[in-house]
Amino acid sequence: MSAFTLPFSRIGTADHARVGGKCASLGEMTQAGVAVPTGFAVTTDAYLAMLEGTGLRGEIEAQLEHTDFSDVTSLERSAQAIQIRFRSHNLPAEVDAAIRTDYAAMGNDLPVAVRSSATAEDLPDASFAGQQDTYLWVVGADAVIAHVRECWASLFTARAMNYREDHKLGQIDVLMSVAVQKMVNAQTAGVAMTIDPLNGDRTRIVIDASYGLGELVVSGIVTPDNFTVEKILMEIIDRKISDKHVELIPDVAAATTVEREVDAERRTAQCLTDAQVIAVAKLAKLLERQNKCPQDVEWAFDADLPDGEDLVALQSRPETVWAQKVAETPKAGFATGMMGMVGALNNPIGSKK
Amino acid sequence: MDAKTPMFPSAYDLKAPAGAEGWEELYPYYLKFQPSLREKEDQKFWFCDSQHWPNPFKPFDTMTVEFAVKCLGQYNTRHYLVPPANGVDYRIHNGYVYMSPIGVDPELIGDRVPQFMERAGHYFQNWPTLLENWHKKVKANIDEMEAIEFEKLPDVVPLEWVKDGVGLDNTTALTENYDRMIQLIYRTWQYHFEFLNLGYAAYLDFFGFMKEQFPTIPDQAIAKMVQGHDSDLFRPDDELKKLARLAVELGVADALKSGSVDEALAVVGAQANGAKWVAAWEEAKDPWFNYTTGNGFYSTDKYWNENLDIPLGYLRDYIVRVQAGETIERPMDALRSERDRITSEYQEMMTPEAAEAFQGKLGLARVVYPYVEDHNFYIEHWSMGVFWKKMRSLSKMLHEEGFWPTEDGMFYLNRNEVRDVIFDYGNAWATGGDWAGPTHWPQEIDRRRGIIDALATQAPQPALNNPPEVITEPFTIMLWGITSDSIKNWTGGDDDNSDLNGMAASPGVVEGLARVIRSPDQLSEIQQGEILVAPVTAPSWAPVFGKIQATVTDIGGMMSHAAIVCREYGLPAVTGTGTASSKIKTGDRIRVDGNTGKVTILS
Repeated sequence: MSAFTLPFSRIGTADHARVGGKCASLGEMTQAGVAVPTGFAVTTDAYLAMLEGTGLRGEIEAQLEHTDFSDVTSLERSAQAIQIRFRSHNLPAEVDAAIRTDYAAMGNDLPVAVRSSATAEDLPDASFAGQQDTYLWVVGADAVIAHVRECWASLFTARAMNYREDHKLGQIDVLMSVAVQKMVNAQTAGVAMTIDPLNGDRTRIVIDASYGLGELVVSGIVTPDNFTVEKILMEIIDRKISDKHVELIPDVAAATTVEREVDAERRTAQCLTDAQVIAVAKLAKLLERQNKCPQDVEWAFDADLPDGEDLVALQSRPETVWAQKVAETPKAGFATGMMGMVGALNNPIGSKK
Repeated sequence: MDAKTPMFPSAYDLKAPAGAEGWEELYPYYLKFQPSLREKEDQKFWFCDSQHWPNPFKPFDTMTVEFAVKCLGQYNTRHYLVPPANGVDYRIHNGYVYMSPIGVDPELIGDRVPQFMERAGHYFQNWPTLLENWHKKVKANIDEMEAIEFEKLPDVVPLEWVKDGVGLDNTTALTENYDRMIQLIYRTWQYHFEFLNLGYAAYLDFFGFMKEQFPTIPDQAIAKMVQGHDSDLFRPDDELKKLARLAVELGVADALKSGSVDEALAVVGAQANGAKWVAAWEEAKDPWFNYTTGNGFYSTDKYWNENLDIPLGYLRDYIVRVQAGETIERPMDALRSERDRITSEYQEMMTPEAAEAFQGKLGLARVVYPYVEDHNFYIEHWSMGVFWKKMRSLSKMLHEEGFWPTEDGMFYLNRNEVRDVIFDYGNAWATGGDWAGPTHWPQEIDRRRGIIDALATQAPQPALNNPPEVITEPFTIMLWGITSDSIKNWTGGDDDNSDLNGMAASPGVVEGLARVIRSPDQLSEIQQGEILVAPVTAPSWAPVFGKIQATVTDIGGMMSHAAIVCREYGLPAVTGTGTASSKIKTGDRIRVDGNTGKVTILS
């Protein structure tokens, strides 16, 4: 096994720095027994080999020397130039071979998603440090390799470069890992938060769900069905069924995904059964327990998997907004014993407006 | 609602239905809205307690509301001095009872606190020993009532009495026994509330604490944390389940399946293992068949031990299910582990300081909560069962002596008139003349029966006058589930709406066919998998809970019987919908959401 790739099932705690946040999380979930589509990480070692083994580092440094970060046009031109430099190099032979081996091990020309997995995760909004690129429905080893390179190149969008400049991060110091993961044939997909994002209520799990792949939910292109599940009783206590006009589905022939109008009958129907809503909530709750803090989970129901085993987690990351706010909220004192009872009688809860 | 048009009508504007004229004479003067007090009475908010008293009272039966509500009040007002709450005032109007909680002058609340802490505190600190004593007191009353017999007066005073120089006659015991029965049940109703108000207070404290910690926590989640004890209230049903299993094990099940109770028992008794089963049946009867299909508040309530066909009917259903391989026992272990899981998961979300307070309040709530369920068996079922049995025997005896043409005639008299009848009976027996009752009561009872039947043709108003801006009285909230929100449901809202809103009393969502049940006599109509819709349910309906998918009631809060039973049986329930039993028809397809309290009529 090379240092350049690492299957999710083998990612250990020591590997987290070189596989990035997303792959580390996928690795942890896989090993904790959570159903996660199989795949492997292309490590930061592979990225470093690309930089060092091809002369790319020198080319990037040379380009950066001529970049005026205060000038939008100059920055944009540099970004384009660097990305073109990425595309002009083949991957080092050992990296190329490692990816081909691991991809072949997943199956014959299996459709996969290729996603960047950034390493600068210690910043709350670090996702901008390395542009989070995702390529769906990639088929064939050549295409996988090309898209791994695209992910790397995406570190050098004008926006990502500008962000690193603003936050005094070295332009070449931020490394990137890439996740290559079996493509989910998503019937339905979405996001689950183990805290109510509107008010920080930790007794709630809030689920957004729509047809097809979850990207349209995440990007806000569709208004998803919204379910609120009471976390401890595991009961649906609120549901808002929306008009889900469009879905992202695979175009197998073109080896890509395509947006399609949802037919009239399905668009206003509840996209998950109640049992599926509860299954998603249980998955999110399990991930919260494993990670010991509220989570933001991407999930999907995979049409290729048998009923009851078709729910997969695609990503789980800590919820950061409320985690900080709740800690700051001072807790009011409470009366105990008989004084507590006097208080409860004098001001019963049902009387509060 | 504007200032001049109250949300609910005034009692003074509510006319009696045709044929019920003169109903006022049937009830005591102190329970009526007196014309001279209109201005004062119209200022108060009154809600109808159809949860406990859904049908118009016969004069004798008003005793149940009088004793119950008086005794509830005495503990708040005079025993424990519950700081903000005195008792509940009540009136009978057009045959139904309306309640109005009496608050404490805000300036006096503070002075009551130290007294409450000392008095109620003593009970909380000594709960187990005091409760043990309670069981002894209640059982002693039951035993004393059981020992009392009402016998016809003999032709002559027994010779031994003459020879022993007793110097008294047989009317003495008759008069004293009647008075004693009333005294005993009056005492029993005091015991009923000795612990109940405190049980609610501790629960309310725990409840309020949880709502402060987790503002959106469902009421039912809080309730689930204190349940899961082996309640005596469900013991009668459990006994039937045990008997069903035993019958299958002993091979006598098929013999039990047909014929009257006597026939079935005779067939079983003749079988090899039959005697063993019959012995188990006899053993279960005492005390567990002291159990009513009603709620204990009516002289017409049917008790299992006097109507053995009722438990046998349930038993037969259970036998069929046992033979089909079903598990009929309540999942007690699952309930308890679920309770523990829920408790610990909420606690994990608390700060250490809050978790400590939580443990204290939960601990007390769990100590006191079993009483809230258990007392119902000992008072409403067992004590009241014995009381009604004895009262029916007295009524029957007087019927046989010619006082009234039907066995139940006595219940059309109030309890003081019955005293008069007993004197009339003994008086004429002594003088050697004729008792006057037989020429007075038959037509009077007929008249009263006509009035009560007419009253029953008109449903009560849910409430009278204007509710306060906010309901603050703690027992009103806990006992009757009356909050500012639930009152809004009573006003009906949009009539076209196919949705009904109530209290989310027990979790889960189901769809199914509705079965509207208005009286326990209809319980046998329920088919497997239906949804029970009723104005109100009683805990004794438990045996049908194995058949149904969910329950919807018009009346009741989170501690109402339907809510408690559904949580124990793991069925969804929506209570306090106001109008479900009239809006929903048997056969309607409905969706019951016990998580949100919404009931939808689908078709």
